[in-house]
Amino acid sequence: MSEIPQSKVRDAYLALTAARPNGNTPAWVQALHAEGESLLRETELPHTRMEEWRQTNINAINERTFAPLTDAPDHGVDADSVAALRFVNGVCSESVFVNGFHVPGLGSRKDLPAKVAVTGLCNAQLGDHAETVKAHLNHHLGARNAYTALNTAFLQDGAFVHVPRNTVVETPIHLLFLATPALEDCSAAIRNLIVLEEGAQATIILSFAGNAGAAAYLSNVVDEISLGANASLTLCKLVREGAQGNHLATTEVHQHRDSRFHAHTFSMEGAVIRNQLCVNLAGEGAECKLNGLYLNDGNRLIDNALQLTHTVPRCSSRIAYKGILDGKSKSVFTGKVNVLRDAQKTDSNQISNNLMLSDTAAIDAKPQLEIYADDVKCTHGATVGSSPPEIIFYFRSRGIDEATARGMLTYGFAGEIVDEMNIDAVHAPLSAYIYDKYSPKI
Amino acid sequence: MASSSERLETAKYAGSRVERSNQQAKDASEREYKYGWSSAIDAETIPIGLNEDTVRLISAKKEEPEWMLEWRLKAYRSWAKLGDEPSWAKVRYTKPDFQSISYYSAPKSQAKKTSLDEVDPEILKTFEKLGIPLQEQKRLTGVAVDAVFDSVSVGTTHKGILAKKGVIFCSFSEAVKEHPELVQKYLGSVVPQNDNFYAALNSAVFSDGSFVYVPKGVKCPMDLSTYFRINQENTGQFERTLIIADEGAEVSYLEGCTAPMRDENQLHAAVVEIVAHKNATVRYSTVQNWYAGDAEGKGGIYNFVTKRGKCLGDNSRISWTQVETGSAITWKYPSCILMGDNSVGEFYSVALTNNHQQADTGTKMIHLGKNTRSTIISKTISAGKSDNSYRGLVRVMPKAVNSRSYTQCDSLLIGSLCGAHTFPYIDVRNHSASVEHEASTSKISEDQLFYCQSRGIGPEDAISMVINGFCKEVFDHLPMEFAVEATNLLGLSLEGSVG
Repeated sequence: MSEIPQSKVRDAYLALTAARPNGNTPAWVQALHAEGESLLRETELPHTRMEEWRQTNINAINERTFAPLTDAPDHGVDADSVAALRFVNGVCSESVFVNGFHVPGLGSRKDLPAKVAVTGLCNAQLGDHAETVKAHLNHHLGARNAYTALNTAFLQDGAFVHVPRNTVVETPIHLLFLATPALEDCSAAIRNLIVLEEGAQATIILSFAGNAGAAAYLSNVVDEISLGANASLTLCKLVREGAQGNHLATTEVHQHRDSRFHAHTFSMEGAVIRNQLCVNLAGEGAECKLNGLYLNDGNRLIDNALQLTHTVPRCSSRIAYKGILDGKSKSVFTGKVNVLRDAQKTDSNQISNNLMLSDTAAIDAKPQLEIYADDVKCTHGATVGSSPPEIIFYFRSRGIDEATARGMLTYGFAGEIVDEMNIDAVHAPLSAYIYDKYSPKI
Repeated sequence: MASSSERLETAKYAGSRVERSNQQAKDASEREYKYGWSSAIDAETIPIGLNEDTVRLISAKKEEPEWMLEWRLKAYRSWAKLGDEPSWAKVRYTKPDFQSISYYSAPKSQAKKTSLDEVDPEILKTFEKLGIPLQEQKRLTGVAVDAVFDSVSVGTTHKGILAKKGVIFCSFSEAVKEHPELVQKYLGSVVPQNDNFYAALNSAVFSDGSFVYVPKGVKCPMDLSTYFRINQENTGQFERTLIIADEGAEVSYLEGCTAPMRDENQLHAAVVEIVAHKNATVRYSTVQNWYAGDAEGKGGIYNFVTKRGKCLGDNSRISWTQVETGSAITWKYPSCILMGDNSVGEFYSVALTNNHQQADTGTKMIHLGKNTRSTIISKTISAGKSDNSYRGLVRVMPKAVNSRSYTQCDSLLIGSLCGAHTFPYIDVRNHSASVEHEASTSKISEDQLFYCQSRGIGPEDAISMVINGFCKEVFDHLPMEFAVEATNLLGLSLEGSVG
């Protein structure tokens, strides 16, 4: 890492902040920008000598400057091109973001209660929601690295979802982030803010899609999520970046009393994908369930870094992640569960299963427990292996050839995670995608 | 049938009993260190401080050949270059000042001894207090003992029987003089001089230790054993153990450690290297009971140890078993490099921390050969205000076809002020490998205690049973005498209710 002129890249980013349009940015957002800049100035870009990034080598991203787009150029995206990249198939209210900027014309509000806000963050910080945004934006971001600082320094747009008190949103909210060829060699600083007030319920699909370009780009995403008392959020994240697309995301979740958070993270396509998901169980009785599936192949790198903090008593957490590893891919899974001194009666369970399909794939799994309370029940488990030969033999003895047998087993392996998710609009296309990916090609 | 209120009362009563017994387990934490005396023995200690001259002085005092001095100096230079000591472990302590330690302390009157009768009676008394059967007529177990007092090996028992079989078991300094070809060949082949900060320090200044060579096809007729004791104030102990099992050889090695009670922290930085050739088996067992500091966390030994074994040949096997109850800070990862095909690495560990003790211990299993297997069973018990971490690495390299690894880490917490942590790393590069890891953390189950008590077993015995049951899988791998000692030690460490 020393060979990369760290400060040069950071200076290049800092120099670019001059190009950031400040015309109608409120003063408090400008203050956030300054905060991000100063943080970026003093934070090293992630490298493999940092414990959290030990196995995640992103030098390919570090060694160049992906200039953050600062305005929405004429993107040429229309309803047809959105349909081509939609993937999700069902009734949803939809908001479309192109290269990180909200495009109001392309969205739709299906059955959305009037008080529920689903809009661009840029609009929200100026309009009726200014106070809510001000109260939450950048308040939940605890895990910090140079890229989250960069995101804050170039914070402009992203999604803003606000569900008022005791409001139930039945229809899933689909937030579709498209990367067009205009993003090539550049980065999009996407900042999403999701606030569910007390007793609110919603299902949100965060979908990232890129139409393959030849050059690399970077989606630099920060999601901040606040769940009020007894609120309930199901979050489904689909990462389908372009073949040269890099996706560095940090999701911070703050849970109040008795809130429920179910996350389903599917890492499907993209050159480098890192999903950092940090959940703070800060209210008694809060519950979280984090599921994930990563389908890795080729020369790609997928890193899922979970950080779960039990701050108060009587919270429960369930983590289940599975990986299917093929080609020369590299995958990293970190599941860090922190149980603080006061968090008695914690019930935490973590499992990470990895299926190796090739000899050249690599997996690094790090399930970790840090426990400071004694009256707790905490377990974790991790496995790495391939399909057992006995089961392959069983299939073959029933007249099913080996390739088909392996395909079926792989599909079944992934199915355990997919079936946990009850969003119909995603379930069917996702199952079809996995089936297609792993069935033997005739 | 009892009314519901009666049942409630009974349940409450049971609850309070469980509370009490947990309380007793906590009380148990306040115990005394049995080995906390020091012997008045004339010792020759070199002045404090470390530089190239110190290394030369140690080497000269030990009358070492030129190559040994060169080896030490190389280690010293790489140590000086390494600069800072590692800080990645989950332990907090004031870093030792390496210039205020004496790197060599030997009991005086070191004339050559032909029999044990010539050994200073004070030293023999010390070992008697420790319960080491150094004198052959007192032998009960047939264990050959090499006792290391501060830094120098004071006597090795049962030499004759071993010599008949061709087994070399002697102090390290003796080996340097009498078997230089073996030492030169293997020293540093598993833990190189520049491996890590403490291994480099040890390589530069190690004063003595044990050397074992078991020739081809020999099954060592008895268990070999070393007892380490730090006696002198302001000294560090840096011993070096080298065990070589040639083709088809088998040996079981036991190591025990104690130190007197002192206010300041003393440093213990040992290196153990094991080489197992084709079809060889080495079992290495440790019962570590260095002084852990008092209830306020004052004093105690810093135990920074590098232990590593290399399964060089096919079908070789190295098994580490450790019971860690002492030391203020423990930083220890007995590891196996599984190079030979079908080689086996095992790690069984019980680590108990109490008061302000901190332990960061675990293992590394590096799978290189085909069909290699590793098993890791780690049991940690934290009490008082201690912190206990398991840190392990299982790495399967691309050529390790069909390798298998199984890890199980269980932690038991006694009291609400202690911490238990697990940091496993699993790196797999081969698709035919199968790696499993599981870990759990809990306190002593109230149901189990209630069950025992409802059958008339007192709360102390119940806790003792639960803890012994918890550790049984590991104790089963200790040689019999050690298993008894380990059980007692555990009881002693949690005195009042256990054992």
